[in-house]
Amino acid sequence: MARSPLSVSRFRNSFFGWWIVWSALHITLLLSYGYPLSLAATDSLVTNSLLLAACWIVSNILRYYIPYSDRYWYVLFLSLIFSLVVNALSKFILNLILADPLNTNYIIFLSNSYWLRLGIAFLLVGCMAVICVLWYTQEEEQENRQRKNDAEKLSRDAELYKLRQQLQPHFLFNSLNSISALIGSNPSQARNMIHQLSDFLRTTLRKEEEQWVKMEEELQSLELYLEIEKVRFGHRLSTSIVKDEYSLQLMIPPMLLQPVVENAIKFGLYDTTDAVTIHIAVLSEKDALKVIVQNPFDPETASPRHGTGFGLNSVKRRLFLLFARTDLVETMAKDHIFTTTINIPNHESYYR
Amino acid sequence: MKVIIVDDELLARSIIREYMQNHPELELVAECNDGFEGVKAIQQQQPDLIFLDIQMPKINGFEMLELIEQPPPVIFTTAFDEYAIKAFESHAVDYLLKPFSRERFDKALAKWRQSGHSQGNKEKLATLLDSVSNSPAEQQRVVVKLSGKIRIIPVEDIHFLEAADDYVKVHTRDGAFLKNKTMGHFETVLDKNHFVRTHRSYMVNIAEITRIDPYEKDNHLAILKSGGRVPVSKTGYVKLKSVLGL
Repeated sequence: MARSPLSVSRFRNSFFGWWIVWSALHITLLLSYGYPLSLAATDSLVTNSLLLAACWIVSNILRYYIPYSDRYWYVLFLSLIFSLVVNALSKFILNLILADPLNTNYIIFLSNSYWLRLGIAFLLVGCMAVICVLWYTQEEEQENRQRKNDAEKLSRDAELYKLRQQLQPHFLFNSLNSISALIGSNPSQARNMIHQLSDFLRTTLRKEEEQWVKMEEELQSLELYLEIEKVRFGHRLSTSIVKDEYSLQLMIPPMLLQPVVENAIKFGLYDTTDAVTIHIAVLSEKDALKVIVQNPFDPETASPRHGTGFGLNSVKRRLFLLFARTDLVETMAKDHIFTTTINIPNHESYYR
Repeated sequence: MKVIIVDDELLARSIIREYMQNHPELELVAECNDGFEGVKAIQQQQPDLIFLDIQMPKINGFEMLELIEQPPPVIFTTAFDEYAIKAFESHAVDYLLKPFSRERFDKALAKWRQSGHSQGNKEKLATLLDSVSNSPAEQQRVVVKLSGKIRIIPVEDIHFLEAADDYVKVHTRDGAFLKNKTMGHFETVLDKNHFVRTHRSYMVNIAEITRIDPYEKDNHLAILKSGGRVPVSKTGYVKLKSVLGL
């Protein structure tokens, strides 16, 4: 339910200010006609109090109901009804209070000024009604805008959540299969791998809650992941990781690099039959993070002709949702080496 | 009974080896790291059974089988591949989901024995291979074999296809390769916006066409960048025009 304009103090203060000015004007006018102050004050107080009440009632009626079509006819109709009621009541009350043979002049003036009073009451109530309609329309629009923003944020959060937790089932089941094999031949290594796999799963689960993590943590879980893959692929897979100390303290959306490294492994290991080294470099440039992942690939069959492809779309999408930029992921294929560069702007300059 | 294991992961092979120890009649004659080794070993050894992983370097398990003239009975092993599992189920070919238990392994072997070491599996296998060739990987490349050498041809590199008896001739810059499939197969697998069946026996990559000349009565000839000439029938010409937006 929208707020009433009278509930907003700025509006209320100016409303009552105007009311006092208006009542004073009313008194001055009657004084200038030669009526005594007591009479003028009574007339002003009765008439303007009734007008005040009418304005309040009209603002409340409009608060609960404004028709979508014909709203201006509705306003006209309301103003007319209320000005008629105000006028009839004030005439009745004033006649009642001031019915005195001494005031005959005034009583005649009162009935003569009926149409003038009606016109003024109509204008004032109508003015209030129009202000209220505009006010409530604006309030409603603001509410709609707010709701739309909330809905958009909600769906963006949901999408980010989904993008964050894309754990490859293929990886999980193959790792379990490796453990199953190791249990027979090398139980202590099997146990070790269970620990690594649990640690990795735990970090991915925990990270789902968080919006940002330190690069250091992200790198730790990547290393765990790579260790597990090394057990699976044995001598075929080796890794080299270069990092600078400052970059480890910078923040990164959790699990952002996971699909990048998965891709590097997928195209490195499944696109060639040789031994493969995956290079990862974590650098800081000014206050931004720069992560470079390199893997060998076979240009004959991997054909990067299919756009930058390589399954990096989810990473791009996430960065777009977070920073509204599409230029943060760069890829390059050269001399059998595929290079993915991810730039992560300093999140504090975006979110502070 | 000769057995071959084809899997790119050492540990995945070792568990099959371990489970096989309970079945002394099985003799492990080869372990292969990838499909290339697999093709070679299968041709040399003529095994009675292969355990075959799907996701492997360069060519996957299905593509490997396509390269073999008389594929032996297969028990597929895979960790997670929705596409393949659906295909296995609809074609009742046995498969093991990693990690699998000894009991499950024994059951798969029992099934293989029951099928009389499985000549009957052959047709099943053929229909299976046909159905999985719609998988995303196979829509992007064609795996062929030429005098013992295996080649992976990205579909963009195909100039045109030509029917040749039971085979299809895949024409590329580096010459023509025979593939043991039908034109109908390629028509369903290849992207219809890039490949058009211009003739009962021809399909052409439209990116390769430089011009189309009239040729006898209602027929046309598509002239390719490579200089190749592909016949275009009356109905083929209509199809070609609609794809080219003429």
